[in-house]
Amino acid sequence: MTPLDPPNPPLTRKDFTSDQEVRWCPGCGDYAILAAVQRMLPELGVRRENTVFISGIGCSSRFPYYMNTYGFHTIHGRAPAIATGLKLANPQLDVWLITGDGDGLSIGGNHLIHVLRRNLNLQIILFNNRIYGLTKGQYSPTSLLGKRSPSSPMGSVDNPIAPAAFALGCGARFVARGIDTDAKNLIATLKRAHEFQGTGFVEVFQNCPVFNDGAFDHFTAKDVAAQQQLHLEHGKPMRFGDNKGLRLRPGSLDIEVVTVGEDGVTEADLLVHDETNRSQAFLLANLDPPTFPVAVGVLFRSDENLVPFEVGMHEQNKQARARGLGDLNALMRKGHTWKVDADPSADPAG
Amino acid sequence: MDTFASTNSTSQRELIESVVIRFAGDSGDGMQLTGSQFSDTTALMGNDLSTLPDFPAEIRAPAGTTFGVSGFQVHFAAHDIMTPGDAPDVLVAMNPAALKVNLRDLKPGGLLVVNTGAFTAGNLKKAGYDKNPLEDSSLDGYRLLKIDITKHTLQSVESFGLGNKEAVRAKNMWTLGLMMWMFGRERESTAEWLRGKFAKNPNIAEANIAALNAGHVYGETAEMPQGIHAYEVPKARLQEGHYRNVTGNEATAWGLLTGGKLAGLELVLGSYPITPASTILHTLSNLRAYGITTFQAEDEIAAVCAAIGASYAGSLGITTTSGPGLALKTEAIGLAVSTELPLVVVDVQRGGPSTGLPTKTEQSDLLFAVYGRNGDCPLVVLAASTPGDCFTMAVEAVRLATKYMTPVILLTDGFLANSAEPWKIPDINSFEPFPVKHRTDPAGFHPFLRDPQTLARNWAIPGTPGLEHRIGGLEKNYDSGNISYDPDNHHKMVKVRAAKVAGVADDIPLQKIDQGDDSGDLLVVGWGSTYGAISSAVLGARKAGLKVSHAHIRYMHPMPKNLGEVLKRFKHVLVPEMNNGMLVKLLRSDYLVDARGLNKIAGQPFKIAEIEAEIRGLLASS
Repeated sequence: MTPLDPPNPPLTRKDFTSDQEVRWCPGCGDYAILAAVQRMLPELGVRRENTVFISGIGCSSRFPYYMNTYGFHTIHGRAPAIATGLKLANPQLDVWLITGDGDGLSIGGNHLIHVLRRNLNLQIILFNNRIYGLTKGQYSPTSLLGKRSPSSPMGSVDNPIAPAAFALGCGARFVARGIDTDAKNLIATLKRAHEFQGTGFVEVFQNCPVFNDGAFDHFTAKDVAAQQQLHLEHGKPMRFGDNKGLRLRPGSLDIEVVTVGEDGVTEADLLVHDETNRSQAFLLANLDPPTFPVAVGVLFRSDENLVPFEVGMHEQNKQARARGLGDLNALMRKGHTWKVDADPSADPAG
Repeated sequence: MDTFASTNSTSQRELIESVVIRFAGDSGDGMQLTGSQFSDTTALMGNDLSTLPDFPAEIRAPAGTTFGVSGFQVHFAAHDIMTPGDAPDVLVAMNPAALKVNLRDLKPGGLLVVNTGAFTAGNLKKAGYDKNPLEDSSLDGYRLLKIDITKHTLQSVESFGLGNKEAVRAKNMWTLGLMMWMFGRERESTAEWLRGKFAKNPNIAEANIAALNAGHVYGETAEMPQGIHAYEVPKARLQEGHYRNVTGNEATAWGLLTGGKLAGLELVLGSYPITPASTILHTLSNLRAYGITTFQAEDEIAAVCAAIGASYAGSLGITTTSGPGLALKTEAIGLAVSTELPLVVVDVQRGGPSTGLPTKTEQSDLLFAVYGRNGDCPLVVLAASTPGDCFTMAVEAVRLATKYMTPVILLTDGFLANSAEPWKIPDINSFEPFPVKHRTDPAGFHPFLRDPQTLARNWAIPGTPGLEHRIGGLEKNYDSGNISYDPDNHHKMVKVRAAKVAGVADDIPLQKIDQGDDSGDLLVVGWGSTYGAISSAVLGARKAGLKVSHAHIRYMHPMPKNLGEVLKRFKHVLVPEMNNGMLVKLLRSDYLVDARGLNKIAGQPFKIAEIEAEIRGLLASS
């Protein structure tokens, strides 16, 4: 698709802010993500009228109401399916899909699988707060084992899913992670997702101050962030904290944490991030504190250039219509047909 | 229709007015192909016809069993006919199971053609026969034509060097050839069809054609038993025009495309395979050149959601399904009602509840279509009454969906979907176009601004500068389209959505009396695929002097404005339906009439006689 010219004069954050009062709880991580997106869009040079936010149901899915673009707040879990129809009808549109851990991975898990494997050219931001907020605090498919909630008073025995690993398993071609409060890196990651020709999947760790406060503090709090976050950069060794790094344990496919300068380990021993390596991305998606840091940034970006679904479909439409739109009158007269004359004497019946 | 009065002449063709033939065999015997080839040829020869395919849900049930029997009934005549016929005059039974299942339907004295080659001890046992019915007196009430079709077929294809399995398979073509001789059908179009179907394997095509010809030659040369000979069914007097055979699902597909063209819109079909709706998906997937994008979704919900997304983008979203799929789509249809987006949902009804009878017909989704969603959730419901009418009503569905910014459910059923009839091909240039205008003017815009006449909201689509807006399933403020939880506003919005759909009644034809006088003793009211059976039954009753009329409803919600008044001009109202009483409930509750139901829930269409008997009984007892 040919990109549209950027708006002239350039737009500002304010241009992307709707007149609706934002109704998330005070301190909700959603505010930070909203602000990041509203700051980022003018930098992308996209047009408001060409930008569409599609969401499902849940706290995060109120997002479109606050964006002064086109927006559709749909039904629980189905945003990927609605977005698929939207892109099939108009592949030119720049579509952002807003979902959460419940919306995208529980009730809408099926649709998320298929939008990812089809590689539609759109961006998905999955707000992961590991809880159902809008229904008042039940455990979600990303809640950790043992999570106590109104529907799991004895602690959840429901084994959680890792969204990034799920996406990779579905055949996603761009998988990244960000943190609600880390606007700088979040914006950079979202821009990369937007630039990708295909489905850009971004999981954002988002704090719910009311029902799951501090769920990510063990790697997002200021005092531990440097030690517990691995910021991925393509082509760079995987270093974090004070001289820490990741390498493959010799003779295995397992990752281990090492300290550069100890036990003869040098930077040359560390894994170098290769965004295009899906197997490595799987390993990174499953790293959890306290043993490992949490990998953030772009975990995987396919370099296979799979044609996005809607582009492939439109190529077929073009092929089918190479000689112009079909003539329905002719179509219905193809094959076995016969004519009956007006003159009854020409008809031997009776 | 006692058309088989025997004559002594075997050399000359006996002229008959109409005949009903049923081909029956194993689901692997190719009976559907045999039947449809016979029908196509019959249509080309100028007879009116109606067909009833009847097959099991299993693709290949174990051979020789009664539950694996597949049948195809065709009724053709030298005059107008409207049903596939109550009872066959001719039954072709390819094996004992087919005989066992179908014999009870054959008319007394009817012609029974059996393939003795399949009446082996094993097959007889599988069909539940203790002894061979061909060898006792149990078939004495019929005119029996016993032929070892298997043996004759093998002889006819001997020179082609086929394997035994493939050679035996040609027996349906041998049988078709015999029946084509008996009823004076030409074989050329079938030969042509075989050459096309087996284009990559001409040897198989020629072997099948040889079998077809051999069956025909057998008829011409073999000594037939007393009372069995050849017939001629002269052409019917059809209205002037260009005709073809059409099934309901084909007509639906073409109607949707025609609607899209008249609206000036691209179509996007989201669909998930389901019997008996899948052939609409197949047909449209082949017709992308005609302004449609077809999308096989991951499930029924995704299918309707993709259609809604497409409508949001400014195309017309369509989804095609059957009952279980409609159940899954209901929440999304509610979203389309709430966001007031156009959407066409085709429900090809089948036996329910749950998985029910996937390959059998029923009319049991009516109340579900009209009422089956959470909240006060009105939409337009249409119903096609014949295979050809599926075309007209599909065009109507597109017109009303786009004009009123509403979902429209078009109800057809398994009988209409698969059954074929000669259809006068319409000229789409003769239809009045109904071009859609997307809003572009930002002055005074909000997404729920309404046309004062139709109450339809304006359709503003992404990509339009200055009209950026948000919609969703939450309640909207009447005056701005923004989210609103205001109690009075919700009341107003529920009322306005209802008024919009109710207003469609001003835009549809008044209810007409399809047959008979405007008033009288009894009005038989039907909807959907019962049209032919009711029409023929009423014709019979009227010939007997009864004051009966027939009205067939195609606009199920809202109903035509004059319907209540039409009903009240008759002393009695009878509502035959293939369900446990649905339209009858609507009529009773909406119009306070003492309508009575006649219900058949057997997975099979009504027989004319069943309805005629009810009419006579009702009038005799009143």
